[in-house]
Amino acid sequence: MIVIVDYKAGNLTSVQLALAEVGRESVISSDPAVIAGAERLIFPGVGAAGSAMDELNKMGLAPVLKAFLATGKPFLGICVGCQIIMDWSLEDGRTTCLGFLPGGTDIFKAVPGAKVPHMGWNQVRMIPQHPPLAAYPPPDAAQSPSHPVFKSIPDGSEFYFVHSYFPTPFDRGDVLAETEFGGRTFASVIGRDNLVACQFHVEKSGKWGLRLLKSFCEWDGIVGGIPC
Amino acid sequence: MLTKRLIVCLDVRNGKVTKGVKFKENVDLGDPVEMGSKYYREGVDELVFYDIMASAEKRPIDIAMVRAVARKVFIPFSVGGGIRNLDDMREVLLAGAEKVSVNSLAVQNPDIIRQGARAFGNQCIVLGMDAKKTDLPGLASGYEVFVQGGRKAMGIDAIAWAKQAVTLGAGEICVNSIDADGTKDGYEINLTRMIADAVDVPVIASGGAGTPDHLVDVFKNGGADAGLVASMVHYGTYAIPAIKAGLSAAGIPVRAAI
Repeated sequence: MIVIVDYKAGNLTSVQLALAEVGRESVISSDPAVIAGAERLIFPGVGAAGSAMDELNKMGLAPVLKAFLATGKPFLGICVGCQIIMDWSLEDGRTTCLGFLPGGTDIFKAVPGAKVPHMGWNQVRMIPQHPPLAAYPPPDAAQSPSHPVFKSIPDGSEFYFVHSYFPTPFDRGDVLAETEFGGRTFASVIGRDNLVACQFHVEKSGKWGLRLLKSFCEWDGIVGGIPC
Repeated sequence: MLTKRLIVCLDVRNGKVTKGVKFKENVDLGDPVEMGSKYYREGVDELVFYDIMASAEKRPIDIAMVRAVARKVFIPFSVGGGIRNLDDMREVLLAGAEKVSVNSLAVQNPDIIRQGARAFGNQCIVLGMDAKKTDLPGLASGYEVFVQGGRKAMGIDAIAWAKQAVTLGAGEICVNSIDADGTKDGYEINLTRMIADAVDVPVIASGGAGTPDHLVDVFKNGGADAGLVASMVHYGTYAIPAIKAGLSAAGIPVRAAI
């Protein structure tokens, strides 16, 4: 079963409806046993990082999520769920976060022509992923596939964003896709191994958002494989 | 690069999408869920559903309709008309809407903007503002705010109100020109520009769109971040992909129509 983590931070119905649209049943739960037993996990979130972390800690879910990640089963973070998987966030002072990926978040500064929050449809440029060691010698970079969740999605497709903070992974290899806003490029999809997280709202991103969800539901949690 | 948004507005009355001219002479056009779903599949960027009689009839919004839309539409949509308090906002958002739009309520009780923004985030609160040209002394911008579907003048200056709403926490302002509404003669560029220059949140231009060129005009000269259309698509004059193509050809960044 796909489990959508409920920690009182956001509209989970939309995620569940989008999963139903791609033919997948899901449950919304904050029960550690249900989360631990999930086939795959979706970790959404809206609002501020500080209050999201407060709720998670209050409910004792941080170690449950960490243990789930260690099983190798697929884990998808969305929006604030993409930010608080990092070590820290600058939102609400300096918030200590889950620490699943090294790095933190930064805030957009408004510049002419770029109002903050970054709200609306923006292009997502996928970054080719290294194949696993078994597939070496590496193929031509241009032939390298993007992350499996991007399967069948044209590079540069638009997704729907609403956010003022953005993830800044410490390790360049954790950036799976990038987006340009206000004259700078930020990491709009990050991840490592069985963890993938999108800053945009997958559930509100139309056809390509649904396609990404479908691919996530079919993904085995392994990046790489035979280059296509 | 962030694209300019094309938003279709569906005014709902007695469970049907309806459209008037200058807020009058409404004609019923179809089922809101079916029409919204069709525009979604054609590649529109966002939808707005206004329950245009809820406020005047003092009844709550049609939540079953919001739920039905959420099951078929996987892009952001906002709901307005008939929002009375925080509980109504919560219900609409939990039903699957991305944003709530407040108009009459906010003019009568501006604090609802602050409460809504605090509870759900600024990005969830859209201020819908109906404005009309006026000669009233004391209204510096020359535009007056109206409520109750354009039926009641409030003696409030449009720019002053927009600024106050943003200070309170409105995340977006939808500027609807009563003079231009349903005329298909183009947006009121002057009003849109003044609001866009006065606030630092996205501005949605509304009222008067008749051709893709009107959208080009309001994006290039009106400072708008999004353009609301109704008549030009409801009557089948233009399809969403054709409007997107027109914008793209004029150099406006838009999300690729599907």
